[in-house]
Amino acid sequence: MSARLHAFANPARFLRLARRLLPWTAALAAICLAIGAVWGIGIAPPGKPPPEGQGETVRIMYVHVPSAWMALFVYACVAAASAAAIIWRHPLGHVLARAASPIGACFALLTLATGSLWGAKMWGAWWVWDARLTSVLILFFLYLGHIALTHAFDDPARGARAACILALVGVVNLPIIKFSVDWWNTLHQPASIIRREGPAIDAQMLAPLFFMICGFTFYFFSVWLLRARAELAALRTRALKLRLLAS
Amino acid sequence: MSDRGGTRNGGRIGTLAEARLAAGFGALLRRDLRLAVRQGSDTATVLAFFVIVVSLFPFGVGAEPQTLSAIGAGILWVAALLAALLSLDRLFQADYEDGTLDYLLTAPAAPSLLVLAKCAAHWLTTGLPLVLLSPLLALLLNLPNAAYPALIAGLALGTPVLTLIGAIGAALVLGARRGGVLLSLLILPLYIPVLIFGVAAVEAAATGQGFRAQLLLLGAFLLAALALAPFVAAVALRQAAE
Amino acid sequence: MDGIGRFLEMGGYAAYVWPALGLTALVLAVLLIASVRNARRREAELAQLEAELGRGDEG
Repeated sequence: MSARLHAFANPARFLRLARRLLPWTAALAAICLAIGAVWGIGIAPPGKPPPEGQGETVRIMYVHVPSAWMALFVYACVAAASAAAIIWRHPLGHVLARAASPIGACFALLTLATGSLWGAKMWGAWWVWDARLTSVLILFFLYLGHIALTHAFDDPARGARAACILALVGVVNLPIIKFSVDWWNTLHQPASIIRREGPAIDAQMLAPLFFMICGFTFYFFSVWLLRARAELAALRTRALKLRLLAS
Repeated sequence: MSDRGGTRNGGRIGTLAEARLAAGFGALLRRDLRLAVRQGSDTATVLAFFVIVVSLFPFGVGAEPQTLSAIGAGILWVAALLAALLSLDRLFQADYEDGTLDYLLTAPAAPSLLVLAKCAAHWLTTGLPLVLLSPLLALLLNLPNAAYPALIAGLALGTPVLTLIGAIGAALVLGARRGGVLLSLLILPLYIPVLIFGVAAVEAAATGQGFRAQLLLLGAFLLAALALAPFVAAVALRQAAE
Repeated sequence: MDGIGRFLEMGGYAAYVWPALGLTALVLAVLLIASVRNARRREAELAQLEAELGRGDEG
């Protein structure tokens, strides 16, 4: 047991790599976010003519679309790390999966909040059971379950292993859930909603949007590396304390 | 299975191993059923819960027959989901605590087959009674006559999926703090596809449309769950027992 | 001045656009700060423990 903990409590190579990478990802995130924000929110016209009366609310897309992309991308990262942990028994997989999922939950929550703000004006309601928003809501639930499971055990290694299995089950289920929700949504078209389709994204918006997406991605990598470092330090501390107790 | 065993071991050992596997499966199934009967199983609790949850809804949404028949399918399915969940957290719990699980995992039978046996016992003692009781509750909710076949067939196909997916969750939360609540957090989002197509089948039948497609999809979920869930739950059990 | 005012108005949608942008900035900032502080605390804790152990081994 303790030998197992030591095995992934001292991956010196990863820590060296993380230390070297972090300044770069952080700088890239800052640059991309600055360019995207100034260009998208300050300068780029919101499409001419504004796509069917959306007016300036399209600017919400500069944070909504990247958040939605990240919510999915982070889950893919969690699943990949979990697969590495379970299938190839890579010791870092547990740590990386555990470090990533709270970030993904934040992005899913942001997607829901910004989508709701956009919908409040465009759909005339704070929440509609739109297929895409509903899928993100379920994704958010999956993140919550994953986070809760990682913290549910006295032995963190046990929680990490259980959460990895859950992440892989989730990734198999996600396409099925997505398909079911889409199907359900076409069946129950709420009549009271004026405009059901999502926002039309104008060609002029693509370049700043691209910068925002890159910025969000690099932001995620930076925070991921940081959180993984914290997890590793905590694991090593725990292992050392256990060894102290044993001796 | 028999082909592989046959070619590799010259037939005799293959069939022997097969017999032992079957004995393991049958023996565990019989043991769990016997335990369920002797300990005054969960069946009564689960059924009572199902009935009470369903009968709460008229107080919540009003007792107009039109309202009830419009949302009856949803009520029945959601109540069935919650009722199935109620007994799932104890699927492996007792065996985990008294050490039987460690013994079972070292038995000659494949762990996934053991999971399958436990799931079968769980479904026979909780899922099947739910299916059998559902027409009676549908009566209370004023469900249209045409909807009954879809409701029963849908539940018959859907409740085993709930048990099988639930088995993964039950194996994952073994030894966790507040395992029961945690289990619902993990498993309920995964139940959504079953809920969607189960309700859709009933609604299609109630409006006189065909519901074959929905049932076929539920059947597909069942086959996929039968193939994958015992395997995944066995992996989860093994890491819990480590 | 007028230009800034019109920018802040967001074509009359200020009540929707600015909360969305602000909330995103807030959540990302809080997550970043929490992660940085947590990483610092854990690594300091580990460094302290290792230093103590190092002394213990020598002594």
